[in-house]
Amino acid sequence: MENFFARYKNPLVLMAVLFIQVVALATQVKRSENSKAASSGGTRLIRVWTVTAFTPIEKMFVSTGHFFSNSWHNYADLRGVRQQNRQLQDEVARLQMEQVRLKQDADQARRLQALMDFKEKFVSKTVAAQVIGTSGTEQSKVITIDKGKRDGLKPDMAVITPNGIVGKIKEVYPLSSQVLLVNDHESGAGVILESSRLQGILKGTSLGELQISDVMSDEKVEAGEHVITSGGDRIFPKGLSVGTVSNAVADRDNDPFLVIKIKPAADLNRLEEVLVITETAEAQRAASSASPVRAADILSQRLPSIPKQDANAPKIPGATATPTPAGPAAGSDKTKKPAVPDAGQKKAVSDAGQKKEGAGTTAAVKTPSAEAGGVKAPVPAGKTAAGGSVNSASPKTGADTKKPTSLGTAQPAAAGAGESPTPTPTSKPKATPPKKPKAPAKTPDASPGSTDNTNAGQQETVPAPGATPAATPSANQEKPPR
Amino acid sequence: MNAGVSLTSREEIEVHRFSWPASIGIPLLAVFLQVFLRIGLLNFLDLPLLVTIFFAVARRRPVPGMITGALIGTLQDAWTGHPIGLFGIAKTIVGYLGSSIGVKLDVDNPGSRFLMTFAFVLIHKFIYMVIDLQLVGGSEAWNWGHTLFSALANGLAAVVLFAVLDRLKQRN
Repeated sequence: MENFFARYKNPLVLMAVLFIQVVALATQVKRSENSKAASSGGTRLIRVWTVTAFTPIEKMFVSTGHFFSNSWHNYADLRGVRQQNRQLQDEVARLQMEQVRLKQDADQARRLQALMDFKEKFVSKTVAAQVIGTSGTEQSKVITIDKGKRDGLKPDMAVITPNGIVGKIKEVYPLSSQVLLVNDHESGAGVILESSRLQGILKGTSLGELQISDVMSDEKVEAGEHVITSGGDRIFPKGLSVGTVSNAVADRDNDPFLVIKIKPAADLNRLEEVLVITETAEAQRAASSASPVRAADILSQRLPSIPKQDANAPKIPGATATPTPAGPAAGSDKTKKPAVPDAGQKKAVSDAGQKKEGAGTTAAVKTPSAEAGGVKAPVPAGKTAAGGSVNSASPKTGADTKKPTSLGTAQPAAAGAGESPTPTPTSKPKATPPKKPKAPAKTPDASPGSTDNTNAGQQETVPAPGATPAATPSANQEKPPR
Repeated sequence: MNAGVSLTSREEIEVHRFSWPASIGIPLLAVFLQVFLRIGLLNFLDLPLLVTIFFAVARRRPVPGMITGALIGTLQDAWTGHPIGLFGIAKTIVGYLGSSIGVKLDVDNPGSRFLMTFAFVLIHKFIYMVIDLQLVGGSEAWNWGHTLFSALANGLAAVVLFAVLDRLKQRN
């Protein structure tokens, strides 16, 4: 060491002298730009030099530390990243596939929802089917669906979509069917223009277009008019959407007629799901109308009515349709004669009688029709003084129901004869004698014989004495017939 | 001294001594004249530098040469208002180099004195500019014409001045 200083004495002394002077220089000089910012007169140059001298060293240490730290975190500590990346890629692929599947499901759900809404609206029974094939040629417009004979499909069944008609079943196989589209040149359907009510036959062309022919050229057809099915072809139910009129021009080949081009409502080139109408709403109604329910029947069921006597009730010889207690009061003006306004009510009475079988109270009020039948003989005398036509008084109960009677003229025509009507044998069993004493109270002059001529002259038809007192207005009241 | 690398004879590398008044008075006079004497020609001459070169080369010892340069430079800085060390560092290095070169070259020849001074002026100017620009933060621009003319003038002045100052040498 001593040799070192002796050998390099001059350079060392030079460095020492220079260092001292540099330090002295640094202690005096201040950064002019820093002096503006620093209130204390700026940063000493020695501080700047020191910081400047040590900053590279500090940077070197920091950079070295960062290098090792980054090397660890970015390389050495990434052991599971590759596997995790593979898992994430698999997850992404799976989610993408699931997203596609969900989208398809959602689209299909929307289409099926539309189909269901449409089904509830128009048709009674349908079979949903998917299009699984086409004819493959431009000449024939035929598609294949995945439902066949096993699903109840039959030829000539209508095939529709929520937008409009599609075609009809052409061929039916056990598991599939062929559908002839409406735009096929062999297809046809009865249609009607919705606003102008013009009817025509919808046919397909060889170009796959829809047109209506056989419409007179003097008819006014406007583009955009909606076309619906007319139901006349017995294939498509009435009212289904067919399309809109695109244009209407004169038929060159058939001069006095028009050729109306139709834009189909259903996209016949992009069919995916269709509905096959296996049963229309009209057919269902026709089937249910075998036993129609009339409004009068419903009304009679809800209003107080005369229960019909039980047909199976045992026949009692002494029992008459006209309760005996009614006789004394027959001549009273206060008698209220029941009236049977129409046959419907009469039927209701019959129905009611079946429901209230065995009721003792029915004896006095029962079987007005039977009474009417029983008074067939006195009917001629029952012609009213006013000269009103007297009902034919057919023995059949339905005879007097064909003509409605005035509610205000409830006097039986036979009453004027003063004869005791002879009830038909069939009416006897309907009367239930056990409750006879009460019956007159309810129907004082239920018997036709109890009526007087005055009242009899007001009636127009043979009354139905079986009507309840409440339902029979006063004999003196005269109301215009309704 | 290492005579093997020296280009001078034994007589030429003889170390000269100066009296104390001369060693102190000449530098002070040179700085005084440089600072306080307002002569246009002195703008190109650097008398303290010439004195530094003379004493360093005459003494042929680096340490006394660099200390002489440090002192003259510090005194010049103090009197001229420059930061202490600006001229001091430059003249310290020039003194060190002059004393080092004085051992190996014949510095008594006028031609070598001119060239040596010419070179030292450039070195001194270069060191001064580096310190002024890089350390002090000055903005003085380097002017080659002024620098070369100054070097030339100082070289010529050194030939004359050194001949005068040779009379102050004390032989061993």
